[in-house]
Amino acid sequence: MHPSHSSSSIAAFLSGRLLLQEEIPFPLPDSPNTERLPGISKKKQTFYCERCGNDQQDRFAVFPCARCKTMCPYCRHCLMMGRVSGCTQLVHWTGPEPPHEGNGTLQWSGQLSEGQSAASRAVVQAVRHNSEQLIWAVCGAGKTEVLFRGIESALLAGKRVCIATPRTDVVLELAPRLQKVFPGTTVTALYGGSPDRHRYSPLVVSTTHQLFRFYQAFDVTIVDEVDAFPYSYDTSLQFAVQKARKPESALIYLTATPNETWQKECRQGNRPFVKIPARFHRQPLPVPLLSWCGNWRKATQKGRLPANVKDWTMKRLQENKQALLFFPHIDSMQKALLLFQQLDPLITSVHAEDPQRKEKVALMRTRQLPLLLSTTILERGVTFPNIDVAVIGAEDDVFTESALVQIAGRAGRSADFPDGEVRFFHYGKTKAIVKAVSHIEQMNREGIERGWLDR
Amino acid sequence: MNKCLLCEEETNRILSWHQFFLLEDPPVICEKCRQSFEKIKGEGCRTCSRPLAALDSSFIIEGVCLDCVRWEEDPLYRGALVENRSLYVYNDAMKEVIARFKYRGDYVLAKLFAKDIRETAKQMTYDLVVAVPLSEERLYERRFNQAEALAEEAGLEITPVLERIHSEKQSKKSRVERLQAPQVFKIKEKSSFCHKKILILDDIYTTGSTLRQAAYLLKQAGAAEVSALTLARGQGT
Ligand SMILES: [Zn+2]
Ligand SMILES: [Zn+2]
Ligand SMILES: [Zn+2]
Ligand SMILES: [Zn+2]
Repeated sequence: MHPSHSSSSIAAFLSGRLLLQEEIPFPLPDSPNTERLPGISKKKQTFYCERCGNDQQDRFAVFPCARCKTMCPYCRHCLMMGRVSGCTQLVHWTGPEPPHEGNGTLQWSGQLSEGQSAASRAVVQAVRHNSEQLIWAVCGAGKTEVLFRGIESALLAGKRVCIATPRTDVVLELAPRLQKVFPGTTVTALYGGSPDRHRYSPLVVSTTHQLFRFYQAFDVTIVDEVDAFPYSYDTSLQFAVQKARKPESALIYLTATPNETWQKECRQGNRPFVKIPARFHRQPLPVPLLSWCGNWRKATQKGRLPANVKDWTMKRLQENKQALLFFPHIDSMQKALLLFQQLDPLITSVHAEDPQRKEKVALMRTRQLPLLLSTTILERGVTFPNIDVAVIGAEDDVFTESALVQIAGRAGRSADFPDGEVRFFHYGKTKAIVKAVSHIEQMNREGIERGWLDR
Repeated sequence: MNKCLLCEEETNRILSWHQFFLLEDPPVICEKCRQSFEKIKGEGCRTCSRPLAALDSSFIIEGVCLDCVRWEEDPLYRGALVENRSLYVYNDAMKEVIARFKYRGDYVLAKLFAKDIRETAKQMTYDLVVAVPLSEERLYERRFNQAEALAEEAGLEITPVLERIHSEKQSKKSRVERLQAPQVFKIKEKSSFCHKKILILDDIYTTGSTLRQAAYLLKQAGAAEVSALTLARGQGT
């Protein structure tokens, strides 16, 4: 799609964005409303990337530049989004925002649970007062519905809303869901190479990475899964969130597992938050059971599964109950896979670089796979209605408290099958294991106290 | 603390005594990333250093691959290029690194291969080094020439005698089409290389046609001999 060059379409294209010249698909007219910022600035002899906020000097390099004929610095941190160098200009729109077309009315007839209602009210308040709010909701609480009223009130007030999430899969799932309940508004989905990247819309669903291309764009920024990799690791993504929001705007965080600092801030009253400790279907979260399984790595290398792991698996196969088995690393998983396949040849595995990842998840969903082994990539987002969950090697460092809580959250998701066994097979209990279990128990206690659970 | 230019892991957890006494720079790449590149080893085509082990025997004639034999049968290009030495197989890791270096513009990656290029160049005989040039348009777009960057980091001095007069956009044409294509290069300055041995530097050797066109032109203009040094050897077509 090539926008024509009328000034309104230029505004629609550029508004709220911060782009490289190369990212603009039409010749840029000399308009008093376009501002060009240097891509790299120098603060006290140190380089600073204006797009990603990188100020680590070892993440910059210099090269003899044929364009500016100097030893030109460039940012290696955000290189994969197109190089920002010393002679690069970032283009920014300073003119008025394009008027919002359409109607932001919510068309949804569903019911919110009590927990969701409380959170929904908090979101609306945050939108009205341009304040910050953390929604701490257990896996399966129904956090998307919690956002509906807040988004509606923003859209009706002519505000621009962005939901940022770490993974493209989630963007692809969320955008059509929102489009359905906001039929009068254009929803755009942004991820690396997405076809919507040149369109303006008042409601944007984006990967956290794409926020680097925005500047003071949003009145409401909703950050999903704040604790998830890579957001919590990468301070520049936090910078991206701050840069993309307007100075006066609402900021809403969603997570099932806030990190320790945030949990502490919540306890001490230094961070406004609303907790939804109960699932939408009013049944408690399955509490993980712990089983010591000895040196499972060594056992699998010698060609056998630990006895209790094997028994657990056989029971599922006999009872025809689907299960997800999580492993800390690809190598150990692939070794174990051969042994699982001796129990049932249909058992398979999936990991981040697996080209058949989508197909395998689909097969699991249509119950054509009895058991699926996975690395932590399926720890979030993916839900299957009636499964048991096991972690093999729960003692490994990759299984943080947050990862284990997320994994446990895969079980018992549907109202028809609210139970599901979660078992952590470990070779020594870790702090993370203990914390994850007590986190889940605490949520169930709070759910009962508030009367949001039926048993 | 030194970080790997590719994966950001620390590279020198164990300092060798060479590094300790500052006789050698700390590595710029970690062992794991280093191992993902495959050095060209074993017997290669005597002309273009294509690994012969991977070729069917019907494609090898007296230690020379069929592609090179065909080039030598061509009256125009016979003897234009005496030799090409390639350092690495153009495998997935190399493809990725070259893409990041050349298209994404991560200039420092030239450092990864500086030592290899310097040492191989030492084994070859030449009087001056020429980098395969980019067209002005392409150079403006990319902001550096990848062949020059490789030379620069390896400490080889470049003599700019060639100029690109034809755009690079034809690289997808077949071998025959390319042979018939108009000249890609032009000589900028003759006097500096008359009767001299020239080493041409480039990032990838694929069909060898770019290098041979440059070599042909240089020889026509009076060069004594032309050879080439390339970072990676592609599969050819
Ligand atoms: Zn940057
Ligand atoms: Zn420059
Ligand atoms: Zn590395
Ligand atoms: Zn050959």
